[in-house]
Parts: sequence; C-alpha cells; structure tokens
Amino acid sequence: MTLAPETTDLKVQLQLADGWFTVCDLNRLLPGRGVAALLPDGRQVALFRDRRGELYAIDNRDPFSGAAVLSRGLIGTHQGRPFVASPLLKQRFDLVSGQCLDDESVRVGTYEVRAA
Amino acid sequence: MSTTPTIVLVGHGMVGQRFLEALAERGLTATHRVVVLCEEPRPAYDRVQLTSYFSGKSPDDLSMTDMEFIEKHSIELYVGDAAETIDREARKVTARSGNVFEYDTLVLATGSYPFVPPVPGKDAEGCFVYRTIEDLLAIEEYAKSRATTGAVVGGGLLGLEAAGALKGLGLSTHIVEFAPRLMPVQVDDGGGAALLRTIEDMGLTVHTGTGTQEIVADASGAVAGMKLSDGSELAVDMVVFSAGVRPRDQLARDCGLTVGERGGITVDEQCRTVNDPHVFAIGECAQAADGRVYGLVAPGYEQAETVAATIAADEASFTGADLSTKLKLLGVDVASFGDAHGTADDCLDVVYSDSRSGLYKKLVIGRDGTLLGGILVGDAEAYGTLKAFTGSVPPVSPESLVLPAGAGAPAQLGPSALPDEAIICSCNNVAKGTIRGAVTDHQCTTVPEVKKCTKAGTTCGSCVKVLGQLVNAELEAGGVEVDKGLCGCFSQTREELYEIVLALRITSYQDLLDRHGREGARGGDGCEICKPAIASIIASLAPTIGANGYVLEGEQAALQDTNDHFLANLQKNGSYSVVPRIPGGEIAPEKLIVIGEIARDFGLYTKITGGQRIDMFGARVEQLPLIWARLVDAGFESGHAYGKSLRTVKSCVGQTWCRYGVQDSVRMAIDLELRYRGLRSPHKLKSAVSGCARECAEAQSKDFGVIATSNGWNLYVGGNGGATPRHADLLAQDLSDAELIRLIDRFLMFYIRTADRLERTSTWLERIPGGLEHVRDVVVHDSLGICDELEKLMAAHVSHYRDEWSETINDPEKLARFVSFVNAPDAPDPVVGFVPERDQMKPDLPLLSIGMRPTESKEAALEGSAQR
Ligand SMILES: Cc1cc2nc3c(=O)[nH]c(=O)nc-3n(C[C@H](O)[C@H](O)[C@H](O)COP(=O)(O)OP(=O)(O)OC[C@H]3O[C@@H](n4cnc5c(N)ncnc54)[C@H](O)[C@@H]3O)c2cc1C
Ligand code: SF4
Repeated sequence: MTLAPETTDLKVQLQLADGWFTVCDLNRLLPGRGVAALLPDGRQVALFRDRRGELYAIDNRDPFSGAAVLSRGLIGTHQGRPFVASPLLKQRFDLVSGQCLDDESVRVGTYEVRAA
Repeated sequence: MSTTPTIVLVGHGMVGQRFLEALAERGLTATHRVVVLCEEPRPAYDRVQLTSYFSGKSPDDLSMTDMEFIEKHSIELYVGDAAETIDREARKVTARSGNVFEYDTLVLATGSYPFVPPVPGKDAEGCFVYRTIEDLLAIEEYAKSRATTGAVVGGGLLGLEAAGALKGLGLSTHIVEFAPRLMPVQVDDGGGAALLRTIEDMGLTVHTGTGTQEIVADASGAVAGMKLSDGSELAVDMVVFSAGVRPRDQLARDCGLTVGERGGITVDEQCRTVNDPHVFAIGECAQAADGRVYGLVAPGYEQAETVAATIAADEASFTGADLSTKLKLLGVDVASFGDAHGTADDCLDVVYSDSRSGLYKKLVIGRDGTLLGGILVGDAEAYGTLKAFTGSVPPVSPESLVLPAGAGAPAQLGPSALPDEAIICSCNNVAKGTIRGAVTDHQCTTVPEVKKCTKAGTTCGSCVKVLGQLVNAELEAGGVEVDKGLCGCFSQTREELYEIVLALRITSYQDLLDRHGREGARGGDGCEICKPAIASIIASLAPTIGANGYVLEGEQAALQDTNDHFLANLQKNGSYSVVPRIPGGEIAPEKLIVIGEIARDFGLYTKITGGQRIDMFGARVEQLPLIWARLVDAGFESGHAYGKSLRTVKSCVGQTWCRYGVQDSVRMAIDLELRYRGLRSPHKLKSAVSGCARECAEAQSKDFGVIATSNGWNLYVGGNGGATPRHADLLAQDLSDAELIRLIDRFLMFYIRTADRLERTSTWLERIPGGLEHVRDVVVHDSLGICDELEKLMAAHVSHYRDEWSETINDPEKLARFVSFVNAPDAPDPVVGFVPERDQMKPDLPLLSIGMRPTESKEAALEGSAQR
C-alpha cells in the first residue's frame, strides 16, 4: 500500500436511512463553495462548507429549473443564516432549513452531515 | 365633419410639434379635427441637436415625433406637403399637393430660413446653409467627396456649430465673422477672447472683424475660394452660410397679414395675428407682443402652450421671454443669462478670467447686490444655479460664485438654496417647486421619472445635473434613505470599494468584508452579489495590488459565479458551453477543422455567435478539461465568454479586401482583442472595428467601437445592442494607432474604476455626473490628472495576462474540481441528456421535470430528508 498523502483523514458523511454514508475527504470542500454527491439510490446532494468550517447538505436539484446545479451556486450569509443562490436564476435557499428565501412556497430537502 | 371645428397647423417643426402635444394634453384633439402640413420630408425632429448627426446620431434618433401619438390623437399629418396659399376670406389653405383644407383656426409655425448675404457667387456649387437634416446630408456628401477646406460665414452660435461639423468631417476650417468677436450676441469682448483662444487651439482659423466680399467659383461653377474685406483671399472648396436667420413670413404676407419691420408675423399676447382672430403664429416666424422675434426653442414652446390654452378658452399669454442660453460649442461651455451685457443703469461687473485655460466668467450685479445676469465661457457648471438666482440677491458673495474651486473661498452653492419659483429647466419652463412636487407628491425617485413627470431636462439637457441634485436632496429631506451601498454586506458603492481595494492593497475578500463590511455582515460569508463584484475588482487590480490574477486560485475560486468557476457558460439543463477566442473573427481553416472535430467527437451542438466566433454547447462538467486539452493543443485560448470581461472585438475585412476600406480593420481588431483579453470589468465588454464609415462591423453598438477614417481612427464609446440599444458617442477623432490604444486604455480603466456592479458602459455614461463630457475631460484632457495611473494599470494587466485554460489543464488539483460528483468522478449527471434536433442535438428538457414537484414543496422537503 502507498502512503496516504498529507491529509487530515477526516471524511464528509451524510445521514441516510440506513446510517452514515461517506462522501469524500473533507479537504475536497473549499470554504465558500459546494460539491455534488451521488447517492446510492440515484439522488443528488449538494454539500457546502462555509468559512468557519460548518458543513451543510441540501438537495442538488434546483426546483425552479429542474437542473442539478445547486452545488455550483455561491453561498452567503443572510441575517445571520447561511444560504446558497442558484447559479441559474439566483433564487436563494437557506442551507439549514432548505427554505427558499425568495418564494415562501418552495423548499428543498436537507440532510444531516458531519465530518468524521 | 362640418360639426367638428378644424385646426390647421402649417409647419411641423419643434414648436409645431409642441403645439400638437399641448392640444392633446388639453383634450382638444378629441374635439377638433387637426390637420398638419409638414414641408420637410420627415416629421418634426430635434433641430437643436442637429449637429449631433455628425457624432453618430441618425435622423431617426433626432425625431421628436412619436407616430403612435399622431395616430392615437387622429392627427392628419401630411409629410412632404407645404401650404402654398391662404384664403382668409374663405378660411382655406391650399397645399402644394393641391389638397384644400378649410379651417376654423389656423396656426402658422413656419420657423425661419437661413439668411444668405447677397455676395456675388453665393449660389455656386459647394455653398450650403445649416438648418435641416437635408442640409446636413448634402454638406456631408460634398465634404467627403469634393472638399478639403471649408469656410463658415458667421461666427455666431450656429456658425460655430457648423464649423465644428466641418472640422469633424476632416476639413481644415475657417470661420469668417464680421463682428469684432465670436458669438457677438451672447458674449462680450472678454468672453469672445476666451472663446477665440480655445477655438484656435482646436485648429480652426478664425477671421473676426472681417466681411465676406465674394465667393469665387472655378470654371465648372464650383466654389474655389472667397475674397475677404481685408483684401485677402482664402482657397476653400466649400462654404456654409450661417449669418443669421429670417422669419418665414412670406405665406402670411401674401394673404395680407401684418409683419414686423424686420420680418415676423405680428401677434398679440395670445399669439393671435393682429389682423385676423382665426389665425395664430408661433415660434421663429412670429414677432411677439414685445416686438421681438425669438430664435430659441423655449419661447416658442411657451407660445405653443399659449395658443393651445387660448383655443381651449383658458387664460394664457406670452409677453416675452428670457434669452438665457447654455451651449456646448465644440466642446466649450458657453452660457449667458439675464442682462448679460450689463445694460441696466449703475450695474457692476464681477469678472474672473484665465485665458490660459480659456476661462471667462462675468456676473452683472445691481447696486443692491441683485444678480442681473452673466456670461460664462469655458466652464458653465454654475449656470443652472446662477440663472435661477437671477433677479434676487444670492446668499453668498458674487465673487465666490465665479472663482474656481480652491481659490479664495469656494462657495458650494447648491440648488437646495434656490427658492421654489426658480426656473430650473428654462426650455420647458419648469420651476424648482414643480420638481420637488414630483418627488413629494408624485413619488418619483429617480431623474428619469422626474423628467417624464415634469418634462424638465427633456430638451437641451443642460439642467439634468441640477435636477439630480434636487431629486436626491428632496429624497433625503423626505427621510427616504438613499442607500447607495453595493448590497446587504457593504454600505459602500462599487466605486468606493474599488478605491479602498486599490489604496489599501486589499487582496482578500474576507479581509475587505471583515474590515469594511456593514456591521452585521462582518465575519459572515457575504452574498452572491458582492462576492463576484469584489472578485472582479481584485482581479482587475491583481498585478498592481499584488494579488494572484488566476481566478481559480485560493479564495478567488470561492467567489466566482459558476461560469467563472468552471471557465464555461452554464446552460439551462446544467451543461456548459465552450467558446474559444477567435481574435477579430479571423480563423485559419486548420483551426476551424479542429473545432469541428472536437464538437463531433464530444457530441456538441455548434452555433456561430454574434461576436464572430463559435460556441459549442452541451458539454458536461467532466468533459470541459478534455475539450480544452485539445483546444489548447491546437493553439486556442479561453474566449472569456463566461466572464464579466472583454468578449470579442468584431471586425469587417477592411482595406485588405474591401474596395471601400481605408484602414486595416482586422489587424486593429486583433490587436485590441489581444490587448484587453481577460480584463475583468464591472460587466461584459464588447467591441468592433469597421474599415470605413459604412460600418459593417456595427462598431457604434459596442462598449468601445472603432471606425476607420482616411486619417486614422474614430473612437466611439458607450454603445449597446440588446434590450436597450444605444448608439455609441464619438469620443475622439482621427487618432493614430498609438493614440487610439492609449485612449481606450484610459477609457476602460476609468470605467472599471467608477462603474457600478453590472453596469454596462452605456448606462454608466448616462449615469455619471457630467456624462460624456466629463469622461472626455478625464480621459482626453486628463482633467483629474489620473491618466498616467490609468495607463499604468492597463499596462500591468497586459503584461500579466495568462490564459486561464492552459493554466488550469496543467494543474491536477484544479482539474479535480471538474467532476459532476465528488464521490463518483466518472459518473455523468443523469439529468443532463440530449435529444436530436435539425442534424444536431438539444437539451432533453422533460428529463429535468422528472420527479419535480416544486409546488408540493412540503412533501418534497420531507422526502429523503433526515430532519435535523
Ligand atoms: C443647428 C441649430 C442649433 C440650434 N441650437 C439651439 C439651441 O441650442 N437652443 C435653442 O433654444 N435654439 C437652438 N436653435 C434654434 C431652434 O432650432 C429653433 O428656435 C426652433 O427650431 C424653432 O422652432 P419652429 O418650430 O419655430 O421652427 P422650425 O423648427 O424651423 O420648424 C418650422 C417648420 O415649418 C416648415 N414650414 C415652413 N413653411 C411651411 C409651409 N408653407 N408649409 C408647411 N411647412 C412649412 C419648415 O420646413 C420647418 O420644418 C438651433 C437651430 C439650429 C439650426
Ligand atoms: S465597413 Fe467599410 S471597409 Fe468594412 S466591409 Fe464595410 S464597406 Fe468595407
């Protein structure tokens, strides 16, 4: 076996129905940006890390366009709460609740996520 | 028809059109049949702005007539048909076409004709006047094909405009004025001297105190020269007469109406002719009740309103008007107002004069300190304020109003000090109180809204600056917080943030946010508005402030919109499009083949863009590096179609192939595109270069456009296509290659420095105080002394340019980001699919809606979510 390159060894994990699902090394998440992950059942999750190191996970599907692109949006802070803005038409979603900030009737799914 | 009374209007000029608008406003178009005879081949246009035709305005741009308005009010407009005779007895007008119109009310608005002094040879070929669009077209045609030297007879307002136009057409130009100074009506000797100096500095030759004695024609009957009263002879190929105007009152004379001694149809205070209650006369053809014939639009407009009111049986009268004018002649401000020549008894002059910089300012002050009038040459900033104070004692000393800022005690006398009755817009007679009312009672919050509501600032535009100050002052007084901040995170404007970044050499977004952000935003993650805006500022200043210019490096990577992050353009189904740079639109067959092969091998949809390059659609994230590896290998580089940066510089084939071309437009386009490629800016930048005035590359619809002339290049700025098209404005003429590039360097850097986020050059130019003139002062005349710095900034950009894509494909760590899924780098995004269309493919849209239940969001939210 080769020696693992210098990493923290921490993994990003998502809580699914049957337990914690390991997605990737923590260092693959740049602070301020997202990545997409493919779940075993075919669903897609958008994972984010903010500047303080907090992790968030929501559905990757943008409910307004149908495209799987939320992971490519920019994140920010609105009244103290983290959000991501869709890269297509810029609607914002709360990263904790999944609530769309620009349309009360829309919400995306959220996941529990940890670094372990 | 016999039951509805008929109004016949003869003459559809500026005043005629205003009269129609006044009729409509009073509902008179509904109760009257309105017939208009328009002699010119086009309906009313803006004669005041006539000269702007030579800086790129088309005849359509100058039009003042909205055909919808004419139709909506059922106005019968006969374009190209003049009134020939009037039968006052029978109340009938006969037109040139033979049509006969009966009238109940006849309004004459026939304007003036240019006076041509009766010198021998005045009818030679190559003699022109300066009044209509047709005159301008004829002058342009002759100047371009047959003349190199021109003379203008008359050094008044119009003469100087005409001289400027001739010079702009590339002619060496003489001005011959009989009076001892230029603009004898508006300015005094001191003002004339300041004006003379500036105008001679521009390369025009001025002969004052000199009369024209004869126009000399050659054997073919075309102008060859002119003889002057001082015995000299000038060799010129064309002559434009601009020696004043005379009222067009022949029609009135022929039907027995009284005219004044020096012409002009005599009317009373209601603008009704003194002989016939059914006939009115307005505008330049009328001699008003005060015995004067007014040669300016503003009094004409007032007369038009008066007649409409009189027809509606409202009280109104026109007893005389103020002759204040503010003009921009050949780029020089000239203004006079009130009693400019100090004719009142006992008045004093306060004069400030600096002939080195062409400044002359004079105020006429009454004994008791009342401001009576004045003349401003070279800098007429204070015109709006001073004119409004005319007739009252200004709250500060008169000297401080004319001294330049910095000398003595510069008085910043803002428009808020004005009384409500003060007239702000003299063209449309709008008082300060009306403008304040538009803000307080009609909820206008912007200058365009106020213009629409009050008509202020819609004619000559000289009051727009004061208007802006008033609107802001009023909003602030009304407690409306005018938050000019960039977004919820920063209270500064983009321009202020630019200055902070530059001055403090801040290279990190977080640093800027934590130190200069709004209280509540510090320490947070910012937002989607300021992140890319600040990333762009840092990127455009990178070499100067010592930041890394590579947009995927370090923190920069987290600030970019997805397009910049993946160096490609996101399309509706989550796929990307790829645009390699094709400078100037010139591409060798081998490279075309490479693009074709790549598109075929990756199954991409290809389309030729409007910017003369090729767009390849339908690439998935993980394909981007593979596609670019091949493009870079074939010598392509990023086209920055994804960035707020220079897109393309289009070109026509120019002199090399085209029989009309006068310069090598392709070479220039390539040079410009390579110089400014990768330059991050507040919004995208587009450009084009045309090889001659036929303008096949459409340069005048670009942020900066270049058109070849036989002497070099003309530079146009602030053009735009898209939803709000705008014709670019001419910034400078006949530039050499080096001058052109230097000016574009300065222009772009000044724009990048002062524009708002996502503000194209066209909106920027309209928004910034002083507009085009200010920008010209800064980048051409270096009025702020920053040109050196602007050039250095651009030089730093040019020398540090690197191709983002070749850098990226050589960096394994960056390449790892180009995957659809972080945990399955080889799996494509299943939502990105395609179906065939016209020999290519298109996004499979139904794929996007599978499993989508946006409205049943609650359920969608529950499904698959482990509640936290
Ligand atoms: C180059 C230039 C620059 C100027 N700059 C300024 C400025 O900065 N500020 C300012 O206040 N003023 C300026 N003026 C003056 C201003 O344009 C005039 O005061 C204004 O146009 C007068 O309007 P009007 O309707 O009376 O006449 P016009 O606009 O001349 O309209 C009269 C119309 O009547 C038509 N007509 C004449 N006889 C007949 C007939 N028998 N039947 C049918 N139609 C007929 C004519 O063809 C013409 O179209 C400028 C003028 C020029 C030429
Ligand atoms: S702009 Fe002039 S040079 Fe260029 S293609 Fe057209 S006609 Fe030819």
